[in-house]
Amino acid sequence: MTGKRFTVWAFSVSALAAVVAAGTIAWLSVRDDTPSQRGDASVTGNGLVGLGEYLVRAGSCEGCHTERGGARFAGGRAIETPFGIVYSSNLTPDASGLGGWTGDDFWRALHNGRSRDGHLLYPAFPYPNYTRLARGDADAMFAYLKSLAPVAAAPKPHALRFPFDQAAALAAWRALFFRPAGFQPDREQTPSWNRGAYLVETLGHCNACHSQRNAFGATAGPLDLAGGLIPVQNWYAPSLNDRNEAGVETWPVADVVALLKTGVSAQASVQGPMAEVVAGSTQHLRDADLVAMATYLKKLPSRTVNVVVTEASVGNVGNKAGRVIYERHCSGCHGERGEGVAGAYPALAGNRAVTLTPAANLVHIVLRGGFPPTTAGNPRPFGMPPFATVLSDEEVAAVLSHVRSTWGNHAAPVSTLEVARFRGSAR
Amino acid sequence: MKLRFARVAGCVGAACLWAAATLAGAQPAPFEDSLGQRLLACTGCHGKEGRAAADGYYPRIAGKPAGYLYNQLRNFRDGRRHYELMAGLLAPLGDDYLREIAGHFAGLEVPYAVPLPAAETSAVRAAGESLVRRGDPGRGLPACTSCHGTAMTGRAPFIPGLLGLPRDYLNAQLGAWRNGKRRAAEPDCMAKIAALLAPADIGAVSAWLASQPVPAATARPATASEALPMACGGVDGSAAAAASGAQR
Repeated sequence: MTGKRFTVWAFSVSALAAVVAAGTIAWLSVRDDTPSQRGDASVTGNGLVGLGEYLVRAGSCEGCHTERGGARFAGGRAIETPFGIVYSSNLTPDASGLGGWTGDDFWRALHNGRSRDGHLLYPAFPYPNYTRLARGDADAMFAYLKSLAPVAAAPKPHALRFPFDQAAALAAWRALFFRPAGFQPDREQTPSWNRGAYLVETLGHCNACHSQRNAFGATAGPLDLAGGLIPVQNWYAPSLNDRNEAGVETWPVADVVALLKTGVSAQASVQGPMAEVVAGSTQHLRDADLVAMATYLKKLPSRTVNVVVTEASVGNVGNKAGRVIYERHCSGCHGERGEGVAGAYPALAGNRAVTLTPAANLVHIVLRGGFPPTTAGNPRPFGMPPFATVLSDEEVAAVLSHVRSTWGNHAAPVSTLEVARFRGSAR
Repeated sequence: MKLRFARVAGCVGAACLWAAATLAGAQPAPFEDSLGQRLLACTGCHGKEGRAAADGYYPRIAGKPAGYLYNQLRNFRDGRRHYELMAGLLAPLGDDYLREIAGHFAGLEVPYAVPLPAAETSAVRAAGESLVRRGDPGRGLPACTSCHGTAMTGRAPFIPGLLGLPRDYLNAQLGAWRNGKRRAAEPDCMAKIAALLAPADIGAVSAWLASQPVPAATARPATASEALPMACGGVDGSAAAAASGAQR
């Protein structure tokens, strides 16, 4: 009897503890779920729609919410994550999209990460960034989306693996990593710096790629821009505050603006996922906003982490196998000494995109080739041919190791294994 | 032929530049800013006359009708045709540039190679020729020539020629139409035609077409205006703008 009574007692205590824990997680996952604030009513009508269109572009919404070749904003694009596939939703004003939504519903999605019916949204939708948006901006975005032609496109069910498909898992994730917030301007800084901070931290959601995610897929927050390997795609989004990676501390503002506006600048060009960002978002931003972003990015606290390998440990001689491949396939455009052709083919000597570690992006570019995006400022970009069908993993490793360790470059070699790993994700 | 894009040599026409082999010790041609130079990413694989590689055949693009090339570029970019390398290259490119790219390659005149003799029996080739020239009215199958031209050199600006293409490429494309791997804008006329073809028909048509020489005088797509036997989404409507752009 005593034993049985103990079992009942222990069960009751465990059940109570579970209820308390679940309640705590549930509360933490929706804490600060404040009632909606009202927006700034000074902009209305067409002005509101125009502003909303601009902000929707600044937020790159169309990129994820449009399937390849599909109707704009009708959703259905598969966003691959380490936890499975999340399908984007329909943002057009159809019954299967935002048709029945109010401005308050839309605000709650952006600010609290909860859908119209209250269910929690997966953070593939970057509401940890959008939570800092101003209510007036959210209202403008909503007005623009409501002005689109409705497209019937029923939402596709996500294909997440257990336990990530469980509502409790999402609640726990939010309890740990999400809290609604607002943008806090820094009074010590200029209005332009603050505008840049707002765009980078909120709509730009730059940290979604440019920071390392933990085992639960969470970033350290919108202010962390220290670089990270993009999950599944395996492109490396370089650190924005490391001058050996993609930090712009030493760049003229005009070069940062040119890169975001046209996809190319005197110092670099964009390819891969960043080409998508420039094509769909930053090329459409006003110069004043691009200058603001550049101002903010230039003042990021400098942290040099990606220390280049010293000449003593690598030598500065390249390697013979790599040199032969380079001379056959690469030197025609990139030059015999990696000098490139200004405005057309990037120099490889002294190019930090070449010496980045990991070398993921280099492997992608050699295997798949690529163009920077077409933009008003660069309507006919120069392209690089793909070599996936020409060079073996071993040859790619040899030629990349060569260019990373000659003409003054001092980066670690690339192994055949690394090439194989990135080739696998290059499809 | 191995892929080489190291040195650039001039050829026919002001804008025509082709990737050519590196010769040890040769001086590089001076850099010239041209569309051909910007599109070495294309010619690296497609070469002058198309190119066979381990993973399949890269078709010739020189001299194909501009509207056809433009449609294919958009089909690859927008997911109606499937080849990852093409899709990846085209993903960041807008319609205006694709139109210029199509016009550039459509304007190139590169001689066709002499076709390889067919290995199939004469009965198979005769069956292929019959389908190409007369179709099979009993099955509702129009003749290939009714759209692609009696000379089979295509019809500007949207319909490609059928000659000068290797048998394997023709087989692969007709097979892809048949199983839905290759698509075009709706109404997708080639998908309907391919669905009516048996595998043996495809083999016969490909064998005969691949063994025909390209008549030099008529190698350019014709501009015939007879009505097509069926509606084709790639030929009219939105795509019409493509042609005028490409012919600028």
